[in-house]
Amino acid sequence: MRLAEGRLSGWKQEMTAEAHDASVHDTIPKLLLRNAKVRGARPAMREKDLGIWQTWSWADTLTEIRDLALGLRALGLKRGDRVAIVGDNRPRLYWAICSAQSLGAIPVPVYQDSVAEEMGYVLDHAGVKFAVVENQEQVDKLLEIRETYKDLKEIVFDEERGLQNYDVDGVRSYEAVQQLGRDSDDGEDVWRGEIAEGKADDTAIILYTSGTTGRPKGVVLTQGACVWAADTAEQFDSLTENDEVIAYLPMAWVGDHIFSYAQSYVSGYCVNCPESPETVIDDRREVGTTYAFAPPRIYENLITHTTVAMEDASAIKKKMFEYFLGVAREYGEDILNGKPVPLMARLKYWLGNLMVYGPLKNRYGLSKVRIGYTAGEAIGPEIFKYYRALGINLKQLYGQTEAAVYITGQPDGEIYADTVGTPMGGVEIEIADSGEVMYRSPGIFTEYYKNKEATRDTKTSDGWVHSGDAGFIDDKGHLKIIDRAKDVGHLNDGTLFPPKYIENKLKFFPNIKEAVAFGDGRDSVTAFINIDLTSVGSWAERNNVVYASYQELAGNPDVYKMIEDHVDAVNLELSQEERVAGAQISRFLILHKELDPDDGEITRTAKVRRSLVNERYAVLIDALYDPSKKRQKIKTEVTFEDGRRGDIEGDVEIRDMKLHAIDRASFKEAAE
Amino acid sequence: MNVAVKPADTGSDRANAPEVMLDIRNVSLSFGGVHAIKDVSFNIHKGEIRAIIGPNGAGKTSMLNVINGFYHPQVGEITFKGETRTQMRPYVAATQGIARTFQNVALFRGMSTLDNIMSGRTLKMHKNFFWQMLRFGPAMQEEVEHRERVEEIIDFLEIQHIRRTPVGRLPYGLQKRVELARALAMEPELLLLDEPMAGMNLEEKEDMSRFILDVNDQFGTTIALIEHDMGVVMDLSTRVVVLDHGEKIADGTPAEVSSNQDVIDAYLGVAH
Repeated sequence: MRLAEGRLSGWKQEMTAEAHDASVHDTIPKLLLRNAKVRGARPAMREKDLGIWQTWSWADTLTEIRDLALGLRALGLKRGDRVAIVGDNRPRLYWAICSAQSLGAIPVPVYQDSVAEEMGYVLDHAGVKFAVVENQEQVDKLLEIRETYKDLKEIVFDEERGLQNYDVDGVRSYEAVQQLGRDSDDGEDVWRGEIAEGKADDTAIILYTSGTTGRPKGVVLTQGACVWAADTAEQFDSLTENDEVIAYLPMAWVGDHIFSYAQSYVSGYCVNCPESPETVIDDRREVGTTYAFAPPRIYENLITHTTVAMEDASAIKKKMFEYFLGVAREYGEDILNGKPVPLMARLKYWLGNLMVYGPLKNRYGLSKVRIGYTAGEAIGPEIFKYYRALGINLKQLYGQTEAAVYITGQPDGEIYADTVGTPMGGVEIEIADSGEVMYRSPGIFTEYYKNKEATRDTKTSDGWVHSGDAGFIDDKGHLKIIDRAKDVGHLNDGTLFPPKYIENKLKFFPNIKEAVAFGDGRDSVTAFINIDLTSVGSWAERNNVVYASYQELAGNPDVYKMIEDHVDAVNLELSQEERVAGAQISRFLILHKELDPDDGEITRTAKVRRSLVNERYAVLIDALYDPSKKRQKIKTEVTFEDGRRGDIEGDVEIRDMKLHAIDRASFKEAAE
Repeated sequence: MNVAVKPADTGSDRANAPEVMLDIRNVSLSFGGVHAIKDVSFNIHKGEIRAIIGPNGAGKTSMLNVINGFYHPQVGEITFKGETRTQMRPYVAATQGIARTFQNVALFRGMSTLDNIMSGRTLKMHKNFFWQMLRFGPAMQEEVEHRERVEEIIDFLEIQHIRRTPVGRLPYGLQKRVELARALAMEPELLLLDEPMAGMNLEEKEDMSRFILDVNDQFGTTIALIEHDMGVVMDLSTRVVVLDHGEKIADGTPAEVSSNQDVIDAYLGVAH
């Protein structure tokens, strides 16, 4: 498979008999027509409402989408118009995406928890004319935006609550629009005609990336790219109409758009919408999803909850949990990979599955998961191994919005915690001289919407895309990602400084929710820590530590001691790795507030915006590098959930760490 | 009154002559030598949010207890929906459509959220004990109907995720919400809320304010609430009555009340 030094390409895609005929079903709406025909009675979508799962078959789905599409058409929606989609994962919002696409209009899903100003920017930039939104909260936000952004004509809402008395032009209910659609004459033919006009290189969607730098950019993906991505995944993981997924990640995220939308139309499986964002774990358990997709944060949270719960468990349970988790750590991975394992170990693992792993997987709602993916950013190897040890086939995927997700994936049986796998079918990968990963595939984006400059910087004329990530291809032919290319730096003595790598090690501790490491162009490495309120809060409760706020708990001397131990453990690990041994953390502090997407410090998908953090907390960073300072006062502006602003003041303690000795000789030995 | 979505008819009512739902005339209440309420009169209009405020010990909770029949005033008259009474048992108040929540949460701590809210439907269940035990036929059908109403309320207050959690394990803010849910399950015409936001943080307060406004707006429920947070009172209420040492010292719109010198004195204290 290897082409040249540092260049790889994925398996050659062939059309199997089961695969749809890509030349006929080249757009999502055409696939809808096919599904309604070949599997009309099978479930396409479910939603839990008033405690009961409601199901829509593919035939029902077609009716819903057609009525809405015709209604929108009657209101003046035309080919090429942009339609904003705002809200939690609801069947009606997914249908709205397909409705728009069936008319050749372009859906633009927007992060539903963005404040009005943030949302206004995206709507204005995309030139949105229509919006389909979930509820009153979003309608209010859009009405506020419409005061300055006049092009927004129609707002269609799903949930009627609180909106009955709204008498505003261009605000109507989903039912009313569907009724308009039902009232139109020979609608069915018109609609099917519109779908027939769709082509593979039509724009399917514009996804605004949250972006760790600057304003969000609108990534334009074609119908062809989305269908290709879903086709590829179907072949890679043998997906069928019998699979079940749960849709709970933001609809504006490319992962959700492919997994919960495009993939469902291509493979014909059922997408389940949870009752509310808080009930996802229970809902997932009830549905028994077989195919899962989540950013590392979600998996980290599950471990944190488990750790917290186990702290409160009885001594016997704790012992049992620890013992069998030990067994799993030793043999689980090998059993999952189908490697030979001693009979006794197999027996112990079987017993462990009965008593610990099975119930645990059931609690996570992952009992039936056939394939689970983690993507979005790097997952800590310990977290990854934990799930695999339990027998969950968690795999890593390397993807980007610009690639319609898929760049590389881990094939079954070739799973390594520190690599992201081999290129997917149809993908070519090359490592640039700078160390940056470049890729080319049928799924790559057309352009950044209305941003020629950024498009030129990212995409070469012959279709290669700069990933922005630094990586290399290891001797097994797997891609290994080190960090964001622009984030990888060096200490003044030349030691490699990959911030993400260090932060992930810190974040493995349940008590640490977020970490930001500094060191590029400095003499030593330092870090900001955010404690995890669930985990540390539970510790506080057990130890009778009284606190009123995050800030107070963060400043507690015992909490500092606890975090100091964690940092020390990370330093010990770092000291044993040749490339980063010199990048041990010399000083750290616990931030007085949590990094928050509302303040722009992390993105909505929980990636740290480094430049902004550097700027806002400059005082603290300076203090970290001033050995004479043991404490530092800081005042930060915060944004509340309703968009109001306020100040939060803190006096933050800085801790010095003792570094571990680096045994250079042992690295040499290991090398020899 | 029905839990199903129903447009509120409050706006227009407020403008022209409002219908008086509850009228309190010259009520006095004393416990031995302690005069909790001294000759207080005020009324509550249909569809409004009426706040009762005052410093500690002003007689606010006693007033609510008088309204829902828990205390019996020695002097005075109470007219609810045109019916005058001097004495009433709490359960009679409940059957007439008065529901309440308590200052210190009073839920069945060992029972789940769902069961707690179902208990709010007790008055509306009519099948006898033996049918209930069978959980069959008419009793089952009745249970299903009530469950549907309860699920609507759960959806309304966004507490789906704690449906099965014993309320004793819930944080305080959520317990308050469950208590509100139970009161709503009675489909009351008059809802009495005793410090619905005590001990909550800013975010929880904003959520609760939203819910109270929604209840008023969607179900058309008349609400009387005691609250200490002046921001909340000013934002939510249509009219405010101020008590101090058992006496009414002011009554009017939030703006009128907050500029009233007696009220300012009562809250900030004056040199004697």
